[in-house]
Amino acid sequence: MSFTESIRIALTAIRANRLRSGLTVLGVVIGVLSVVLLVAVGSGARAVVTAGVEDLGSNLLLVAPGSFEFGQAPTRSQFTLDDIESLSRELRGRARVTGSIASGERVRSDTGAAFTSVIGVTADFEDVVNRPIARGEFLNESDLATARRVAVLGASAADGLFGGIDPIARQITVGGLRFRVIGTVEPLGTALGVDRDSQVYVPLTAAQRLFGIRTIDTLFVRTDDRGDLDDVSAVIERVLSERFEPDEFSIVSQDEILGVAGRILDTLTLVLAAIAGISLLVGGIGVSNIMLVSVSERTREIGLRKALGARTREITRQFLVEAIVLCGIGGVLGAAGGVGLSYAAERFTPVPAEVTWWSVALAFGVSVAVGVIFGVFPARRAGRMDPVVALRRE
Amino acid sequence: MTATPYAPMADTTAATPVIAVDDVTRSYQLGSRHVGVRALRGVSFTVAPGEFVAIVGPSGSGKSTLLNLLGALDRPTTGAVRLDGRDVATMSDTQLARLRNAEIGFVFQQFHMLARTTALDNVALPLVYAGVGRSARVARARGALEAVGLGHRLDHHPTELSGGEQQRVAIARAVVTDPRILLADEPTGNLDTVTGDDVMRLLEQLNTDRGTALIVITHDPDIAARAPRQIRLRDGVIVDGVAGGAPR
Repeated sequence: MSFTESIRIALTAIRANRLRSGLTVLGVVIGVLSVVLLVAVGSGARAVVTAGVEDLGSNLLLVAPGSFEFGQAPTRSQFTLDDIESLSRELRGRARVTGSIASGERVRSDTGAAFTSVIGVTADFEDVVNRPIARGEFLNESDLATARRVAVLGASAADGLFGGIDPIARQITVGGLRFRVIGTVEPLGTALGVDRDSQVYVPLTAAQRLFGIRTIDTLFVRTDDRGDLDDVSAVIERVLSERFEPDEFSIVSQDEILGVAGRILDTLTLVLAAIAGISLLVGGIGVSNIMLVSVSERTREIGLRKALGARTREITRQFLVEAIVLCGIGGVLGAAGGVGLSYAAERFTPVPAEVTWWSVALAFGVSVAVGVIFGVFPARRAGRMDPVVALRRE
Repeated sequence: MTATPYAPMADTTAATPVIAVDDVTRSYQLGSRHVGVRALRGVSFTVAPGEFVAIVGPSGSGKSTLLNLLGALDRPTTGAVRLDGRDVATMSDTQLARLRNAEIGFVFQQFHMLARTTALDNVALPLVYAGVGRSARVARARGALEAVGLGHRLDHHPTELSGGEQQRVAIARAVVTDPRILLADEPTGNLDTVTGDDVMRLLEQLNTDRGTALIVITHDPDIAARAPRQIRLRDGVIVDGVAGGAPR
């Protein structure tokens, strides 16, 4: 008996019991579909994070308080303006240094109000963290030195507070203090879940007074040359070690952020895939169950086929192929559905989804493997059936 | 399609018996208490090529057990069953399957058609396991159906056929591989007298025309009386007809 003959017999049997076959296939479809869809969501999240981190630029170093390890508690920052100044001095001509403190504040104007992120920064923030100016100008050294009450608005902050009106030279109020708007930033979009366009920038010194603190949350260092990253990192390490213990600060590059974020998201993707895998397993057990019913129901057919000359392995193969074809149909439909839903999710919902072709191939392969694994037991039972007993069965 | 797809029988001379049963017993273990039931207790007879033999006996006489042995579906507990000269006790399951496929045609009381399968595909089924290609299968199955007078029913499903027609399809299926032995187990048991008579005539005609040995197992004396030779079974032994009759 040829292989195509086995497939033909399998398709006939599957067609003969459309409803039952359909429900069996459905179990596999749901399993494969969830594997493809959930892996796509996991990969989508990874892609978003990667894009967000890469947006910062590959020659940027972050200096954060505490140690930058997954699972470490956040540490209160001890950095001050002096650290920015000493680092700037040491790295002159090689890198530029800035820092920021941020706090959620209610910001008001004559025409609107918003609760948003007010960030105190130095003048170099514009270039180091890349905030291209749309109108007016960014904060300068003199604003910083005198803690002048001026502000630069992100694109959507400007819109929210002033509508269509040009905000330059107008007043905003933050924590009871008045600030004059001197510039607006180009629209930048969202990075790592942070809406950069809603931010309001004020001089670091003014922000310290506003928030009542003397520290800086985070330092940013951008090297002029990407190849200089390690050397610059070493200089930062040396300078800060004069004031801090080694575990009181950490220097983080884009690669390290990607590494940590990637590990978290890979774990997430793996967990999602494992959950989906369980549903695929359940689908496989369904196939096994239905095949056992099918074998039992077709006992006389098996007896007849054996009487007419079918060998044990031909009967086994017939039922095994049937299980594989069932799972294969489920695999194709599930993969198609998973890809379709992933694209739909990406397009019509805020959920990022990125179809990874290895997950499609894997899910389909696994579904066929499920057919083999869960089909073998019923198929062997069919093949081993005694024709005398099988023919006598009513 | 007029050409007959059957090769002429090569061996109609009675050199070796097509069936030789030699002091065969068959016991079954029933349940877990190892209670042995001896369905056959020492049966011997031979069937010559092309012979027509009726095996008769009441239910419980061992007819079905004997049929299973003659059909290479089962092996004897002791003694030897030789089909076409080959001892089934020494053959593997696969060899028995091959032997059934090539040399034995079964006709059952319950017809045993594959549902949702056309008459043509039902008849072609043994050829699938003989490894015959699809187009050759169709041609031979069609020829067999024409030979049993059902050339106009090729695409009908079993549910669309009368009992007599279904049994004819089963007979076509039994002879499509051109076997040397045709085993009919109560072939008229589910048919009315007139239809049963037609089916018996068809079997006898195939027996005569092709020289296929015909074994009919029945409890019906009228059916048995049609055979030149009858083997009567009772309680697992032959009570009459032991001596092999001469081939016709």
